[in-house]
Amino acid sequence: MAFTAFSTGTAKEQAPRRKSKIALLLLLPGILYLLLFFLVPLVALIATSLQEPVPFGDFGQYQTAFRWQNYVEVITTYGDQIIRSFTYALLATIFALLFSYPIAYFIGVKCRQWPLLQNLLLVLVIAPFFISFLLRTLAWKSILADESFIVTGLKALSLMAPDAHFTGTPAAVVFGLTYNFIPFMTLPIYAALERLDTRLLEAGRDLYAKPATSFFKITVPLSMAGIVSGVLLTFIPAAGDYINASSRFLGGSSTSMIGNVIESNFLVSLNYPAAAALSIILMSIILVLVTAYVKRSGTEDLL
Amino acid sequence: MSATSAATRTELPAAREGKPFKRRIGLGTWLLPAYVTIAFVFLLIPIVYTFIFSFNDSLKSNIVWRGFTFDNWLGICNQVEVCIAFGNSLLVGGTATLIATTLGTMIAIALVRYRFRFRSGISLLLFLPMATPEVVLAAGLAAEFLTAGVQKGLITIILAHTMFCLSFVVVTVKARVTTLDPALEEAGRDLYGSPTQVFWRVTFPLLLPGIVAAAMLSFALSFDDFIITYFNAGIVQTFPTYVYISAARGIPAQANVIASAVFIFAIAIVLIAQITNASRRKRLGLN
Repeated sequence: MAFTAFSTGTAKEQAPRRKSKIALLLLLPGILYLLLFFLVPLVALIATSLQEPVPFGDFGQYQTAFRWQNYVEVITTYGDQIIRSFTYALLATIFALLFSYPIAYFIGVKCRQWPLLQNLLLVLVIAPFFISFLLRTLAWKSILADESFIVTGLKALSLMAPDAHFTGTPAAVVFGLTYNFIPFMTLPIYAALERLDTRLLEAGRDLYAKPATSFFKITVPLSMAGIVSGVLLTFIPAAGDYINASSRFLGGSSTSMIGNVIESNFLVSLNYPAAAALSIILMSIILVLVTAYVKRSGTEDLL
Repeated sequence: MSATSAATRTELPAAREGKPFKRRIGLGTWLLPAYVTIAFVFLLIPIVYTFIFSFNDSLKSNIVWRGFTFDNWLGICNQVEVCIAFGNSLLVGGTATLIATTLGTMIAIALVRYRFRFRSGISLLLFLPMATPEVVLAAGLAAEFLTAGVQKGLITIILAHTMFCLSFVVVTVKARVTTLDPALEEAGRDLYGSPTQVFWRVTFPLLLPGIVAAAMLSFALSFDDFIITYFNAGIVQTFPTYVYISAARGIPAQANVIASAVFIFAIAIVLIAQITNASRRKRLGLN
């Protein structure tokens, strides 16, 4: 899993050789690259978020300053979008978890005797990745459009009000976010369940545990590392996504998320300080939530 | 009569005891596979939709079904813009993959094989890009290019893609380096191989499967990236930004053709890799 991959402990057992110039040579280009195109941009973002407009300047011209007020303005103006982003992302994460867990359990535990079937099903889980993200979202837009047979059918059965829509609603955005990030949830949970020792479940049954009891006392705790990874891999991109919420895709005018606001401020109204401040806020909230969540779920060694 | 009723009565408790057990088997054997089947159908719906509409005899927008045709598949470049955007995506994906795979493999080897200072700092620097929302990376790079006065275009897209692919390459290759037996390289050195010879004759071939996997992952990530590209592309269009911009006025069926072709190609690669891997394992007697 991505989050365990950088734990420092395991590498030491591999008997790394003494300090070496070779290590420096191997690390230097890549690390410099990340400093230049990851760390410096973050600093640039912080600097931009504090800029003020050039007095009597042109549209989109800003100068260096320490205008902390930008943050206050952004939070008061876009409070709704910030809250909406995290609500949608949270809902999508919950739905994706509920949707994915049985699939991951089926592939990882029930299909163990048939490795070929296991591999085939895994390919099917990641299949949506291979079709363009934007086109698969547009496909849902057409499938769930007002004139589509699903919506007209639901209306004929009076399960939907005649003047109701699905696309453009918050439900459609949460639906799209859930769909698009399901593979991110399924794969880590599968990886954890694949290593689950089923003899522990037999032991639970022998001790007269109900299936539900052994599921919640054995299976879920043992797959916690996978759940944590899956939740992070779903929640982080979902909170920052703005495709699904865009009115060209599944969203409408009242569903815009923090990503939509960052985009429109940065690329349309050229209000770079506001876009930068929003980005910093988004990243800070995510870092706080992720750290708290990882600590709460007792898998601190993940980071 | 009374004897039979007595018999059924005595059997009843036993039957009742057996019942929950039976139902549990029923739940496990039928409910879960049924759910998984429905779930997979659901997951594949947009793929099938995109594929079907690549054969639509559409005019400008490809929303209503107007009849079956092969024209879109035979004339992808009849829509010049789609064709150029696709070419740009291949160019960006190829270049970014080449750079990211080279730099990432070097880092992965250093992380596993060498001891150095600032190790946890470097690990954090590698981990953070994967934990940062794309829109933040996108805005950050755009702010940097803006401040530095760099003209946005193909170069800035490639620089941005290399950055977010790098961490994924490190994770993938590192997993392979960890399983590598250092004794094999020692054997190479014992046989008077120079460090370069040992690397290219022993280490590199053994790492190759991991490097190839990392390169494919990196290309896939780059090819489908929209948010970071859109912020740093200027007037250049890649396939995803083309789809986004045309979404308002209608997307030609050729876009569906490209997406479907890429999908078939990717699935074919994955299946071939799995089949060869399975037969290799069988040959080595691992299964």
